[in-house]
Amino acid sequence: MVGLTRRRLIASTAPVVGLGAVALGQGSAGAQHAGHAPADANGHGGGSGAGIAGHGGHAAFRGGDVDHEGNGFDPHEVLRDFDWGRTRRLPSGRVVREWTLIAGDREVELAPGVRFAAWTYNGRIPGPTLRAREGELLRITFVNGSAHPHTIHFHGIHPAAMDGVAGLGDGEIAPGGRTVYEFDATPAGVHLYHCHVRPLAEHIAKGLYGTFIVDPAEGREDADELVMVMNGFDTNFDRANELYAVNSIGFAYMDRPVQVVRDELVRIYLVNVLEYDLINSFHVHGNFFDWYPTGTSRRPAEHTDTVMLCQGQRGIAEMRFGHLGRFMFHAHQSEFTELGWQGFFEVCERRGGRLVCDLPEGRP
Amino acid sequence: MSALAQAGRLRRVPSWVLGVVPLLLVALAVGAFAALDGPGLGDRKGPPIEELAVERTTLEPGVIELTVRNDGPDPVHIAQASVNDAFVAFEGGERAIGRLGTETLRLRQPWVEGEAYEVALLTSTGATIVHEVPAAVQTPDPDVSFFALMALLGVYVGVIPIALGMLWLPWIRRIPPSWLRGVMALTVGLLVVLGIDAWLEGGELAAEGSQALGGTALVALGAVVAYLLLSGVGAWLDDRRRQAAEDGATGQRLALLVAIGIGLHNLGEGLAIGSAYATGALALGAALVVGFALHNTTEGLAIIGPMARQRVAPRRLALLGLLAGGPAVVGAWIGATLYTPSAAALMLGFGVGAIAQVVVQIAPTIRDDRGRLLHPPAVAGMLGGMALMFGTGLLVTA
Repeated sequence: MVGLTRRRLIASTAPVVGLGAVALGQGSAGAQHAGHAPADANGHGGGSGAGIAGHGGHAAFRGGDVDHEGNGFDPHEVLRDFDWGRTRRLPSGRVVREWTLIAGDREVELAPGVRFAAWTYNGRIPGPTLRAREGELLRITFVNGSAHPHTIHFHGIHPAAMDGVAGLGDGEIAPGGRTVYEFDATPAGVHLYHCHVRPLAEHIAKGLYGTFIVDPAEGREDADELVMVMNGFDTNFDRANELYAVNSIGFAYMDRPVQVVRDELVRIYLVNVLEYDLINSFHVHGNFFDWYPTGTSRRPAEHTDTVMLCQGQRGIAEMRFGHLGRFMFHAHQSEFTELGWQGFFEVCERRGGRLVCDLPEGRP
Repeated sequence: MSALAQAGRLRRVPSWVLGVVPLLLVALAVGAFAALDGPGLGDRKGPPIEELAVERTTLEPGVIELTVRNDGPDPVHIAQASVNDAFVAFEGGERAIGRLGTETLRLRQPWVEGEAYEVALLTSTGATIVHEVPAAVQTPDPDVSFFALMALLGVYVGVIPIALGMLWLPWIRRIPPSWLRGVMALTVGLLVVLGIDAWLEGGELAAEGSQALGGTALVALGAVVAYLLLSGVGAWLDDRRRQAAEDGATGQRLALLVAIGIGLHNLGEGLAIGSAYATGALALGAALVVGFALHNTTEGLAIIGPMARQRVAPRRLALLGLLAGGPAVVGAWIGATLYTPSAAALMLGFGVGAIAQVVVQIAPTIRDDRGRLLHPPAVAGMLGGMALMFGTGLLVTA
């Protein structure tokens, strides 16, 4: 035992002497040590403190919001931003869908005042949500504008040369280089894409990933569709995350909730790309959802309020909110929650073509 | 030109010029370096080096307060803070902290007494500075009753044991000279253990504190400064003694030096006690006061050893006891209110230097009739002293 020094030994006598002092009526300080320290009236970290801003009684970042404009992407826009690319019709009648993805190095403000040297696809984290219809021919031109070699590896079904890994097809794309990935849009479901250059964890954790959705040929029921990419950031390079979020900016949907409409179908394309932690999860308050793992089946696997996903796992959650008011959603790993992966749904109502929000919570 | 001729030519130049020329050359070199825009330096390459030392932790209900010092070469901007892996709201540190600057951060955290907390400060570059609170205890308000408590604590671990140790004086007056040499050797043994202890603890504290302020070097600096100061004081007392031809003062002077050495040591210990008490870093529930009283009793023995052959007024004894034990009280006050690990390390360093000086001073009194220092009884005494200090230390852990 290293710490067993004379100083420590002396220190350890202090409480005893303190008790003696209390007995002698000379010291009241010792008496304050009995029992638990009085905590905040509010049981949570932030919120109630005089002069310390909180968010609805829950901890959040100090200093309000990050500079989304400076970052070049806003998690609120990422939420409903589906990139359908450009389409052409081949003589055969088949649709070719095309995108261009450019890898780049850019600094991103992840939490108010915290800057991170990120790697991005098209300047954003997560990269654009590529969306296609089952059976189309997809053509993704990849331009490497980063100072490091990168690829795009798509989850889905494709030829080996299109896999976006070293040694196959064009392999790693050197800085300044480009390649074209071409494959069929299959299977229907919600997938992901990410860089597959070693060290993998670093290339993913620095921001090179995005959602890849293939709609079934027959389509899905109309809904308010949302993309939620669960991620985290290792800002001090110790291979553990300091910040957690959906769509990169922690607590973003705490400050500004995700507005949805009462009784209308909400469909969430949920993707877990979290690095350095084995699993992530999604939990919604005051509601249950139908869960379609990977979105490949039209039959829900579960009706639940919590799902657990390993790295790379994803699925579709479908739900309707019957009550007005704010409902929290977050990882059910409390640590991730309190380090940023936490937000609110705000259930609004349509009144005369207008969306009315901030309504009082209903009581049954 | 021969060296001799050169020396002759230099002799004609006024000596102040010879003194100033190197100074001018240094100024010229620095000026040229600056004029050339510091070639090879320029802007720092790579990410900034961010180092923060937490110098003080204060706990009040619902709040953990940290005083941090920027130890690194670059300014540090604390962007966010978390406690036990949860971001918390906090005040302070809104602006970047410059080199060696300090800032007080008030973190809103409903902590529970006795539990451990890990505070992580997230800087603007994403670096983390982690600080642990091993056992949360409310920091006492430094009011009158608190100072009284600290005084009582200091008296318990400092003054009372030393006074008890002094009760050996009648006994050592009756023992033969050879035994007395053994007692002096015993004193050296005790002091050596105290010195090693202070050195190691100083190093430990210095490692916790600001490295830019000197780090572990503070202990060595403190030791050298104390050694030199006490040697100077000793020499000055010697001169005065010769002038007054005051017989028998040597023993009293030695006793005084021993008391000063132990006093400085106890000041350092008082600091540690006060700060440990204030920050809650206490091993809760140990009933050790009696053991400690016995342990520190040996310090009293060390003080009276040199005065065995003299008449000593009780007032003088009381003063020596206070000089040696009282600093524990002062240290506890300072430690509980103004504590920083670096200051405590420096104080412990003073203790080391003082003890080393005392050991050197005592050494001649151990010499036997043939002038040998490490004769068998002396060695036995020293080893005995070390064993006693070590053994009573074990008693404290029991």
